[in-house]
Amino acid sequence: MLIKKNYKNLSRHIRKQILKISNSAKSSHVGSSLSIVDILVVLYKRFLKKNIFILSKGHACLAYYCLLEQFSYITNKVLKSYGKNNTILLSHVSHKVPGVEFSTGSLGHGLPFAVGRALAEKINKKNRKIYVLMSDGELNEGTTWESLLFATFHKLDNLTIIIDYNKIQSLDFTKNVLQLEPLNKKFISFGCNVRIINGHNYFQIHKSLSFKSKNRPYVIIANTIKGKGVKFMENSILWHYKSPSNQELADAIKELR
Amino acid sequence: MRNIFIDELISATKKNKNIILLVNDLGFGVVEEFCRKFPNNYFNVGISEQSMIGYAAGLAAAGKHVFVYSIANFSTFRCAEQIRNDIDYHNLPVTVVSVGAGVGYGNLGYTHHALQDYALMRSFPNMLIVSPGDIMELRSCIRYLIKNPQPSYLRLDKSSKYKIHSKIPKVSPGKWIKVFKNNNKDKKVTYLTTGAIINHVEKKFFKKNKYSLYSVPIWGMKSKKKQNSLIKKYKKIIVVEDHFQDGGFQSWLNESTNNKNCKTNIVSKSISSSVVNKVGSQDYLMRLLK
Repeated sequence: MLIKKNYKNLSRHIRKQILKISNSAKSSHVGSSLSIVDILVVLYKRFLKKNIFILSKGHACLAYYCLLEQFSYITNKVLKSYGKNNTILLSHVSHKVPGVEFSTGSLGHGLPFAVGRALAEKINKKNRKIYVLMSDGELNEGTTWESLLFATFHKLDNLTIIIDYNKIQSLDFTKNVLQLEPLNKKFISFGCNVRIINGHNYFQIHKSLSFKSKNRPYVIIANTIKGKGVKFMENSILWHYKSPSNQELADAIKELR
Repeated sequence: MRNIFIDELISATKKNKNIILLVNDLGFGVVEEFCRKFPNNYFNVGISEQSMIGYAAGLAAAGKHVFVYSIANFSTFRCAEQIRNDIDYHNLPVTVVSVGAGVGYGNLGYTHHALQDYALMRSFPNMLIVSPGDIMELRSCIRYLIKNPQPSYLRLDKSSKYKIHSKIPKVSPGKWIKVFKNNNKDKKVTYLTTGAIINHVEKKFFKKNKYSLYSVPIWGMKSKKKQNSLIKKYKKIIVVEDHFQDGGFQSWLNESTNNKNCKTNIVSKSISSSVVNKVGSQDYLMRLLK
């Protein structure tokens, strides 16, 4: 229970930071950042001591930067420089930031890189795991499916792919763009082990990340809510783009208390 | 050139097990020996060039020096953004190897011709362009790359076994390698080439042995600064390349000068864009080099 409470407090703190910084930097992708907070918190608290993490949905970097500040990779001063002139914190995740393995921003790049990284671990006979967090819209990219063919053929069981399945992409709901369903069957047919979880339930996130896959890459389909934690931002395409005004920020912070 | 490349890569991999070769289901009659000798260092990733560059970046980030082998447009334009973001931006030791420089694939047609690849690859700040003129330059270039792993583009002629140097020349970024030096009164005029086109230049332009000829096998954005002092020794430099003029080697040389003060006339002999609608052998299509 203590662990759960810790997760909850940390997630709430990070959500508040995301909102405040987005307001001050007038930056977009707030909904995408709020969507992945709970997954990131569990991953960083419990699973990344020796392992490697790649954020493939680089536009949700604000959540990642807030987390890196909590784990002392960057200072609060650096975090507050997000999106400002001459900062190292551009609004897509960057390898120039301490603690970040790989820069993304253009979708469909994180998984192939993670596959190469996982293959290198196998060649070197090391047992580090590679975690890659992808967006659902990103699954439209052909490299996703190319990489899965390769990863399953080479039995990269040290590769864990987490899908932030909030069901909204840039212009519309995923079901109205290319309809990803039946998503789990697609991954299973490619030869992956698959778990479907509630991406805001710490117990389910923890349990799914603890699974040890054998001979197959592992996919966690995390059902999430875009804008999670702030009712007027939840499940809204608008909050892929908008940054909160001062009034909206005050309302959102009140809700997170 | 393909076989010399593999020969050098095999020698290097015997000593350095961090060398990895990725191919996209191409390289028949070329890559088999490498695969046989080093099965753990060789991967046929299937026909998926964009992902291939991503895998290469991931492997390189873990300490590997990755060679990615394909036909010219497939390992460059098809995966241009992956080269830009994953390799060049991260400054990772991946060597993109392309076969079929210029119109080397003759009647296979425009889809297989490398006529704009310099333009693309030289636009990446960390990318070293490596375009050896003959098999001796090729051996030297590969040895240079093995010693200095970095984002690089190795451009190979499809089937040239041409040898113009008697010894393996020393190569370095931006260096002009002497091929013929003439002692007559036209000292102020030289031909300058990059890549296997040097064979064509020797055959077509050097019958009278009238001018000097230099080859520049390694160049790129970072070695522009070195060019000014070399350029100003000449009144006229005739640059020959198996590429369009736009964005090519001559354009790079031109950009390397300080235009206001440069008195050198840098002339371009390059392949005409009319090649897009022509069909024929490499020799036939090379007539469009003007």
